[in-house]
Amino acid sequence: MKKDLKTAKVCESGAAVSPLRRSLERFCENRSAVCAGTFVLLMLVVCGAADFLAPYPFEAQDLNLGAAGPSREHWLGTDTLGRDVLSRLLYGGQISLKVGLIATAVSCAIGVGFGMLAGWLGGVRDSVMMRFVDILYALPFTLFVILLTVLFGQEMWLIYVAIGAISWLTMARIVRNQTRELRTQAFVEAAICMGQSTRKIMARHLLPNLLGTVIVYATLTVPGVMLMEAFISFLGLGVKPPMTSWGLMIKEGADVMQDYPWLLLFPGAFFAGTLFALNLFGDGLRDAFDPKK
Amino acid sequence: MFRFVLKRLLEAVPVLLVVATLAFFLARFAPGGPFDEERALPPAVKAQMDAHYGLDKPLAEQYFRFLKNLAQGELGPSYKYHGWDVDELIADRVPTSLALGAGALVFALAVGIPLGAVASVKPNSWLDRLPTGMATVGICLPTFVVGPLLVLIFSTWLGWFNASGWNSPSDFVLPAVTLGLAYAAPVARLMRGAMLEVRSQDYMKTAKAKGLSPARIYFVHGLRNALLPVVTYIGPTAAGLISGSFVVESMFNVPGLGQFFVKAAFNRDFTMIVGTVLFYAAVLVALNLLAEIVLVKLNPRLKYE
Repeated sequence: MKKDLKTAKVCESGAAVSPLRRSLERFCENRSAVCAGTFVLLMLVVCGAADFLAPYPFEAQDLNLGAAGPSREHWLGTDTLGRDVLSRLLYGGQISLKVGLIATAVSCAIGVGFGMLAGWLGGVRDSVMMRFVDILYALPFTLFVILLTVLFGQEMWLIYVAIGAISWLTMARIVRNQTRELRTQAFVEAAICMGQSTRKIMARHLLPNLLGTVIVYATLTVPGVMLMEAFISFLGLGVKPPMTSWGLMIKEGADVMQDYPWLLLFPGAFFAGTLFALNLFGDGLRDAFDPKK
Repeated sequence: MFRFVLKRLLEAVPVLLVVATLAFFLARFAPGGPFDEERALPPAVKAQMDAHYGLDKPLAEQYFRFLKNLAQGELGPSYKYHGWDVDELIADRVPTSLALGAGALVFALAVGIPLGAVASVKPNSWLDRLPTGMATVGICLPTFVVGPLLVLIFSTWLGWFNASGWNSPSDFVLPAVTLGLAYAAPVARLMRGAMLEVRSQDYMKTAKAKGLSPARIYFVHGLRNALLPVVTYIGPTAAGLISGSFVVESMFNVPGLGQFFVKAAFNRDFTMIVGTVLFYAAVLVALNLLAEIVLVKLNPRLKYE
């Protein structure tokens, strides 16, 4: 009801409000999504500034202390080697969030490129390309993450790329369908008639119209990718100690949780909290940018 | 329907062939081989082993031999589990993974569908926020956080179940719940979304106008149609469940299939890699087909393409 009134007001005043602005306004009305977005941003800043904020270096051990619960010196306790959990969470968060961002960027690049091309070409080439995506869907990804990780050794940035390289399938499908739809629109046809080059049409007409969908889906990819990094760490293929990531800390915590439950609970809470916020943020974006509304 | 199934099965053959080929070459391109142990074998022994399994032949020849065997339904011997064929190994583990996966699936549906349905009754009320929030939390908790927590609560503190093992029927509960929780959350979200969509449909108003009881409207007219996206989601998901989960299996010491997926890749057990990949792809194709059939049964307006 509230929304209806607002739309009416805009129409009366006759001011043209761009769809982007309207979507942003809609997003800002969604309080939980705004909170979630702020939380994600805060997490990015805090982990990014781990060098300045962390009370201890991530590898500093205090073997006399061993695993101790939260105290004034160590707010979130220490792990079995006497390393400060809070500091390690900040540094580990750097890795986990970096994986999330880089792998998502890679998956976007591949997915958008592939999907746009398939959607634009259409016909037989489109069906062949999409059939290829169907086939890749039929591969068990666990096995391929491991093979790719083994192939690239424990070079971290290559692992990010590997994760991205296997999570672009859904993005490609979404972009392809969207492109098919855009192709039939009058402004694209007009651009074709005016003899604009394919590359320019893609860059100037298709890409800007796809951007909303892509951004929304990308925010929803980040949590999935971070889960995958955690899984790789669970297998012992991720970051190399003494460096750490949230996934690795959860795995190490799970091994000793009978005696030192906080070593599982704190990393689990950081990880799940960030993922939760990312999901809420993504959902909020999707609801706000959904063209159906 | 028979023609539809037959057509789909015929279409699956080239898909499986491409999948097998991809798996075959990807496995070979990863560095290392099945006989690379920590303590290197004497070169003569290794050469003998390679020759025995035909690994010394050119790759193209190996590939064609592999295709020939595959056409005869043979996946070949495992390189790591000596004296076992890959199909025997897989068949040996399938019942365990099937039981665990089915249990997890039943749990996911039993929790997810009612949760999503309840959440859709009154959108944006606390009756909606609570289940939806729970589902979002569920999506964010990896199985390797949920599993240890469940063990901590139900086995260490309460002592209801064994922490791990696969001997008595009660050992089945914790792994199935751990695995199922991960899927209950998306099911609940899908269910909620679909139910909201269905409620605004004309046939719901018609049902109300006919004077049907609210329960009948809700369960027969609403639920049945809202299940469609859930069924679409469950098809591929069930394939993953049946093929086993490495994390849950290793956490609870369950002798299932999931471990093969990981171990085969670690061991460069070439035949096993191809075998597990093919198994997964075949199950996926079969379950997607099943899901399509269920969809048509649920919604007669859909037709077999």
